[in-house]
Amino acid sequence: MKTLFLYLKRYRKESVLGPLFKLLEAALELIVPLIVAAIIDGGIGTGDRAYTVRMCLYLVLFGLVGLAFSLTAQYFAAKAAVGCVRDMRGALFTHISTLSYSDLDTLGASTLITRMTSDARQVQTGVNLTLRLFLRSPFVVFGAMIMAFTVDAPSALTFTVLIPALSIAVFGIMLLSMPLYRKVQKKLDGVVLSVRENLTGARVIRAYCKEEEETEAFRQKHEELTRLEHRVGRLSALLNPLTYVLVNAAIVWLLHIGAIRVDSGLLTTGQVVALYNYMSQILVELIKLADLIVTMTRSIACAGRIAAIFQTSSSMPMTDGPAPTAIDGAPAIEFSHVSLRYPGAGDDSLTDVSFSVQPGQVLGIIGGTGSGKSTLVNLIPRLYDATEGTIRIDGHPIDAWPTQALRRRIGIAMQKAVLFRGSVRDNLAMGDQSATDECMNDALRAAQIKDIIDEKGGLDAPVTQGGTNLSGGQKQRLSVARAIVRHPDILILDDSSSALDYATDAAMRQAIRDLPFRPTVCIVSQRAASLMHADRILVLDEGRLVGQGTHAELLDTCEVYREIYRSQFEQVGGDAV
Amino acid sequence: MKTTKNPLRKRTWGHIFHHLKPHAPLVILSVLCALGTTVLALYVPLLFGQAIDLMTEGATDWTALGSLFLRILLLVGITAVLRWCMEFINRRITYLVTRDIRTEVFAHTEHLPLSYLDAHPTGETVSRVITDTDTFAEGLLLGFTQMFTGLLTIVGTFICMLTIRVEIALLVALLTPLSLFIARFIATRTHSLFRRQAQTQGEQTACIDEMIGQIKTVKAYGYEASACDTFREVNTRLGDVSLKATFFSSLVNPTTRFVNSVIYAAVALSGALLTITSVGSSVPFTIGSLTALLAYVNQYTKPFNEISGVIAEFQNALTSADRVFALKDEPTEPITHAKDAHLTDVRGDVTLDDVRFFYRPERPLIEHLCLSVKAGEHIAIVGPTGCGKTTLINLLMRFYDVKGGAIRIDGVDIRDVSRADVRTKYGMVLQDTWLKHASVLENLRYGRPEATEEEVMEAARIVHAHGFITRMKDGYATVLDEGGGQLSAGQKQLLAIARTLICRPTMLILDEATSSIDTRTEAYVSEAFDLLMKGRTSFLVAHRLSTVVGADCILVMRDGNIIEQGTHAELMEKGGFYRTLYNSQFAHIASITSASDVEECK
Repeated sequence: MKTLFLYLKRYRKESVLGPLFKLLEAALELIVPLIVAAIIDGGIGTGDRAYTVRMCLYLVLFGLVGLAFSLTAQYFAAKAAVGCVRDMRGALFTHISTLSYSDLDTLGASTLITRMTSDARQVQTGVNLTLRLFLRSPFVVFGAMIMAFTVDAPSALTFTVLIPALSIAVFGIMLLSMPLYRKVQKKLDGVVLSVRENLTGARVIRAYCKEEEETEAFRQKHEELTRLEHRVGRLSALLNPLTYVLVNAAIVWLLHIGAIRVDSGLLTTGQVVALYNYMSQILVELIKLADLIVTMTRSIACAGRIAAIFQTSSSMPMTDGPAPTAIDGAPAIEFSHVSLRYPGAGDDSLTDVSFSVQPGQVLGIIGGTGSGKSTLVNLIPRLYDATEGTIRIDGHPIDAWPTQALRRRIGIAMQKAVLFRGSVRDNLAMGDQSATDECMNDALRAAQIKDIIDEKGGLDAPVTQGGTNLSGGQKQRLSVARAIVRHPDILILDDSSSALDYATDAAMRQAIRDLPFRPTVCIVSQRAASLMHADRILVLDEGRLVGQGTHAELLDTCEVYREIYRSQFEQVGGDAV
Repeated sequence: MKTTKNPLRKRTWGHIFHHLKPHAPLVILSVLCALGTTVLALYVPLLFGQAIDLMTEGATDWTALGSLFLRILLLVGITAVLRWCMEFINRRITYLVTRDIRTEVFAHTEHLPLSYLDAHPTGETVSRVITDTDTFAEGLLLGFTQMFTGLLTIVGTFICMLTIRVEIALLVALLTPLSLFIARFIATRTHSLFRRQAQTQGEQTACIDEMIGQIKTVKAYGYEASACDTFREVNTRLGDVSLKATFFSSLVNPTTRFVNSVIYAAVALSGALLTITSVGSSVPFTIGSLTALLAYVNQYTKPFNEISGVIAEFQNALTSADRVFALKDEPTEPITHAKDAHLTDVRGDVTLDDVRFFYRPERPLIEHLCLSVKAGEHIAIVGPTGCGKTTLINLLMRFYDVKGGAIRIDGVDIRDVSRADVRTKYGMVLQDTWLKHASVLENLRYGRPEATEEEVMEAARIVHAHGFITRMKDGYATVLDEGGGQLSAGQKQLLAIARTLICRPTMLILDEATSSIDTRTEAYVSEAFDLLMKGRTSFLVAHRLSTVVGADCILVMRDGNIIEQGTHAELMEKGGFYRTLYNSQFAHIASITSASDVEECK
């Protein structure tokens, strides 16, 4: 809520004027029954035509002024709602981009997306409606009651009974049905899951010939949903008839009291009509108010979810500035006793890792799934901060580097190749916005994808969102090209050739070795064949460095390395020879 | 446009009536209730008018007033009951129709050819089954009743006004088009604004989806600033169009309200003047009549606002209905077999006879593929990524039918028997393992629900899955997340292998794991694979050279074609693509270490 007010404050003028004009409009509406009473008593009663005409013109005039007020109010409300949500969304986007990897891991991308889209939209509707109605509805309800008292206090007492009774009916039904609706929503989620599951698993389901059973299971699941819906339906269908009965019963009571007072000359028929009209106004407003409250509670929940993101302050502030000059003779990358524990994790993902790589060397990192390979390379561009130990890049502690300057010198191709909608050129430009076509083509060539891209139309070939128009191997190669194009000092390939066949993989590795700008290369792989030629190989097992050295050294000294190597080569050695 | 759209619409209507038919009694009941409530709701104000007329200073007819009140209360009670019935019945119809359509469409998707499922994103189909069905049922049914009561109210109030005073009723009728005209004017304006808003919203969502969805890559490249700029641009545009759309759409109510208040004033004026002139005439126009008339005017103008909204919703609902029923009208997998043809006691001989296949006619994939597999033989399929290995699996399992030639099992053309018959003969383990949102036990038993718990555990033990299963929260009873989220890819594959093992198929189709599994789990998986394959006709998409080398026949695929075919020795001798492929992977072993070196390391 607080966050919301923060952005709403910028539209203070609009958010005050909106409801204010809405109130003025409501006030005019409340006068209408009085005018009608005046027409009946003053005009018809006395036969004064001129007076009648004048009063009717007032009706039109009030209508017109009401229209003007209302339009002004709608405009201000819309402006405040749209404006504050737009600002909030913009700020949220910027805020998210400052969050560190560990923050993002905790939050998860899909929630961030829903919060930016549907939650924000919900808030906008909520703010807009609230500014328009929140003051108006209670004002009309109580205003109508007060007006009724000014007309005739004893008759107006009916209102003091009716309003609480109506409120209980409207809000009671609302409160009772809300938890049921939540249950319905949950059941519906289950139904959605069933549909999705059956589509993604179509091959398996058909392979096992389970089509009929799955259909039956779905039918049962949906039947449960329908049964629950019926229950909610029965309850919420009560709202309209119940309020109808209450209001009409109140009108009968009102007319009864009115009749007594008219009979004894304390009240005119016109006044009775006015009271009758106020009664109808209350009902309309109360129903609107109930709707509004539903929307509001939803919006408040959504605003709360957005605020939660704002409250996650970045655990690693972004900094920019000139890169420190490299210390002569210092290793390109140096880890000493580095450990990392992900937030919320019970155990270290990386424990006490020390190694160093000289500029221009090739570093291989091998190990099983979950052994900490990706974690290790993610520390190099400071995507995470080590929980213990120090990392030095070019001799400088990593936190002495401005983060942006550090990342500019590193090209990383992630395990899961991520591409963006646009052209091949746009994607490569992400690596280096000033790169020439020639430079891009060189990168494509080194990544062994030049031919394929040329076939697809060269640098201007389109890339769909998520790169869905490319195969897995093509995506990987393109993301490698994107890393190369920025001519980084450190090139990180995080298992980025797993979808490639061995021949292409080998050719790519060779090309990377031959790059003219001689980067320090870190290759992560599960294939021993991909790393055998590295200057230094790190062997990771459950987050620990269990061996480092060249291929030959490791075969001698490292049991885990031998095991990995054997599992990939030995059988062939035995069988093939 | 119209001509292409009409046949679809016509079919849609056909479907709609088809789905409403079973609920015809409810629909009729609902219409009757609507009729009742509307008429009564119109009649009650008339009685209130009469009641007001009965009040006169000192000369109130109390007995008449009392009986009038009783009548009103009675009618109000009846109206309320009818109204509750109507609302309840309407909801009921909506829920039932939604249920019927969803179940039917769901059942239908189970029989759609895989070519359809492969070509359409899952999300889109899900949204058709869930969201579109909802939009359709709610929009059409609730919209229909709203429209019905709305029209009824308009006609009813008009008749009532006519009975009270013809001139005033006509005056109202004359002024109504004004309100309609204004509402229409605004609606058309806002419609295009809303379309633009939706469009920009779509753009923004795509931008968010991409940038936030992949924020890690964005950050790794220090691309945040550019991403923020891109977003800001879309965000500003959305803000602008959204302001316009919100504001203009909010014009309808105040404006029509104003027109209504003009009509109200006109009626008040003419009514009042009439009352004054009619004083003392034989048919006096009473204050009660005026009150009733004013109440009717209010009721009369209200539905006009609603109906324009309902019409828009109606359009929406029909568009959704088109989408749902288009899915429903997709042809299912054709049945090609004779009723009594069956595959029984299959030995496992598979022959591919001059098989031809393509996904798109302009891109032939498989041409003249001949292959003869004896029972128990192992066929390895190798080739670079994306060479069409899975296509072959699709054909063997009859996920797709061949476009030419034939595939035979034990000499029987697989198109001459049912798909189920073919598929149950195979056990299939795919690289991308699919698991159900159900317990581990249920997943393992998926192919053979009658398998005992002992059998299941035995199978799990064989494939080295028993250990990690028992370590899970509830052991075998642990319910897996959607897609088996809490398991690693390797563990999922082990479960899939156990699942296959439990149903004891005659033949196998296996897609070996690649890089997503660590080497130790991979060793387990390979072991399990070998065990599974023993004595069974097997087709493997192979990544391990040991499987390849030991296979009875190797199919080398490239760009969708089988370019080489033979045993390892034959292919090596031939010196073609296979040899290049093989050497690229093992050149290093030859240069650095020989097989005996590895022996020494032991």
